[in-house]
Amino acid sequence: MAIKTQPVTVNLGPQHPSTHGVFRMRVMFDGEEIVDVEPVFGYLHRGSEKLAEERTYTQVVTLTDRMDYVSSMLNNHAYMLAVEKLAGIEPSPRGVWLRMIASELQRIASHLVATGFLLQDLGALGTPLIYAMRERENILDLFEMLCGARITNSYLRPGGVFMDAPDEFWPALKRSLVDILNTIDELETYLSGNEIVFSRTKGTAVLPPELLINASITGPMLRASGVDWDLRHRNPYDYYDKVQFNRILHTASDNYARYWVRVQEMRESLKIIHQCVEQIEPGPVRPSFDEIPRLIRPPVGDAYVAIEGSKGELGFYLVSDGGISPYRMHVRASSLINLTLLRDMLIGGLFGDLFVTFGSVDLNMGEVDR
Amino acid sequence: MGQSFLDNSLWRNVYCFLAGDSTDCATRNYSDGVLPAGMEWLAFLIAAVVVIALVINGVLGGVIVLIWGERRLFGRFQSRTGPNRWGPWGTLTSVADAIKTMFKEDVVPADADRILFNLAPVLIAAPALLVFAVIPFGIGTYVADLNVGILFVMAVTSLTTLSVLTAAWSSANRIAILSALRSVALLISYEIPMALALVGVIMLAGSMSLGGIIEAQSVPFIIVQPLAIFVFFLAAMAEMARAPFDLTEAESELAAGYLNDYASMKFGLFFLAEFMAELSTSAIVTTLFLGGWKGWEPIPSHFWFAAKLVLVLFVIIWFRMTLPRLRVDQVLKLAWKGLFELTMINIIVTAVLIAIWPEPTTSRLWIMAAINWPVAIISIWAVSKLLGTTQYENPVPDPSSPVYPVATSAIPASAVFSGDVVVGPTGMDGGD
Repeated sequence: MAIKTQPVTVNLGPQHPSTHGVFRMRVMFDGEEIVDVEPVFGYLHRGSEKLAEERTYTQVVTLTDRMDYVSSMLNNHAYMLAVEKLAGIEPSPRGVWLRMIASELQRIASHLVATGFLLQDLGALGTPLIYAMRERENILDLFEMLCGARITNSYLRPGGVFMDAPDEFWPALKRSLVDILNTIDELETYLSGNEIVFSRTKGTAVLPPELLINASITGPMLRASGVDWDLRHRNPYDYYDKVQFNRILHTASDNYARYWVRVQEMRESLKIIHQCVEQIEPGPVRPSFDEIPRLIRPPVGDAYVAIEGSKGELGFYLVSDGGISPYRMHVRASSLINLTLLRDMLIGGLFGDLFVTFGSVDLNMGEVDR
Repeated sequence: MGQSFLDNSLWRNVYCFLAGDSTDCATRNYSDGVLPAGMEWLAFLIAAVVVIALVINGVLGGVIVLIWGERRLFGRFQSRTGPNRWGPWGTLTSVADAIKTMFKEDVVPADADRILFNLAPVLIAAPALLVFAVIPFGIGTYVADLNVGILFVMAVTSLTTLSVLTAAWSSANRIAILSALRSVALLISYEIPMALALVGVIMLAGSMSLGGIIEAQSVPFIIVQPLAIFVFFLAAMAEMARAPFDLTEAESELAAGYLNDYASMKFGLFFLAEFMAELSTSAIVTTLFLGGWKGWEPIPSHFWFAAKLVLVLFVIIWFRMTLPRLRVDQVLKLAWKGLFELTMINIIVTAVLIAIWPEPTTSRLWIMAAINWPVAIISIWAVSKLLGTTQYENPVPDPSSPVYPVATSAIPASAVFSGDVVVGPTGMDGGD
């Protein structure tokens, strides 16, 4: 006799331990299987793009810190490149090298957070998360030396950075690079060959590359499907054409591939930092205030600059009307766009995979809602 | 007074102190009891209450120590200090926690079935305590030595799921229901390998009483029955829903599962029951496989029992700290396709060995161990090959060509772009 069953709708979030912030999903379950997903977001909307219209170009940096709050340096970087393009500012070489070091450190920190929380979503009760967070602390200490802040850095200024690195920064950086490499090795030893991690993530939420490209998904998610698309290589901004690194690609396009690509990218970021430290030369960290005034008034026009953020293509679009603040700012938030295929990834899967898949997208609600 | 009563020193001492029974208490001089003659029934009653109170309070005290120890160990595993504020080394943290839990507001959801909702915490705490009735904590220290001790343990531990289902159903919460369904699935699947794993032990010991099994262990059964301990330990972890099988409470999926709507001391009882289950599982593993209270002479038997118990607890906590959770289909697959076969192999091999040596002496137990270990290793390896996933050949970054794509079958972006991707006009197009 067939038992009459019916799907059940369950509300997950916004107050849920695994939603990486305040994300809400209305999920329809048939037993353990996911039948339908309806994402609801906007709980963290702060109107950053509108607020930017009331601030000067330099003040907007503080708003970008708070968008993706686990990769503030990268947000600063993308925004400043847009301002420089808009105002036609030529940056100082030492400032460029310093912000490349800061960006790559931030990329490692962000990938550590992504990996740690992915394992947390897999049910590893905090141990890998805390190991990853311990190394992130190391990086935040370096940021504290660079600019005095750990999370909301606001380190970058038009044409460079606001302050040269103190003398104690360089030996600390050298020590940290070794520590971070050891932690990545440790994570790989414990996790990459772990049967439970592997059987949980292999073959789940597989997306074909064509679908990813049509949904304009970028970053580690795209590279995990084998598409060779890294803006640091395709469209080298700053001095990324002067450093050499591997582009990490995987072909499986499942949750494991996304995890693996992130772990390997951390190693490549370490390589880039080593090369930056070798090539950096003394000099001013930003053009003097005689060359660039404190209050920038870019000519009328618009500029869009995208960088390879930790989660994908992070772009800032600025429109200037010749005044002291942007006429309009728009952010191409990679977290939000990477969520586009959430439904395709989840439907047909099991409840146990829901938050793992969600974690493998590596989204940040601060960036999704802005 | 029967023989089993006489063997139980815990009962005997209390009873003889009160009643002064000269025939049953001949081993020591209890010539004058505290109670007058003819009041033996009262002495029996008081002895029963005292022994039960001792065991219950001992277990609850053990749980307090266990919670503290588990938190400290979590701290060490996660390279942090763990609780260290209340009392020396944070020993009073659990006390502070208990006081906090008791004084919290007792919330009952509006849609809840109030009777069942209030009954569920009691239902879960009672069986968790009942298991300790048959466990020998040392020579002659137990409440009752049932001749069907193992059956009793199996029956009582299964009751936990009933209370989980009651709690989930009565709190009218969909997440809780999902958790309870998983709990039932786990119970149905893991009860079978758990019971079958013990068949080998029962065959070797020739007894189902826990005391009898300890007596039979001239060689600890962990050495003689490696497959049985492997299966039993995993099944017990699944039965009490501990990581990596913590599907019912799966914090990252179901928040707290069936506990979602419980607050205050009702939650406290569930919490206590969870740790009591952990304690009773390690006590059963200690009794059945590690030789229980057996040890070397000058050190008392209770110490040996406690030491082995702590060892098993450490392994359980170690599992919990280091392993991610399995998915529900994988958990069920492991039970039916993996552990079930392993127990069958164990039963057949043990039965053949028993047929050859019907009365196993110590030396014969060693020979059985020598046969069982290769069988265990080969069969576990074979099952892991059958059930395990094949790893990817991850593309290896090539250091000799630093700026070239490293994946072997990378798709160049141009090849993908040649498809039906529509490229919009450049520049501003008005927006939307």
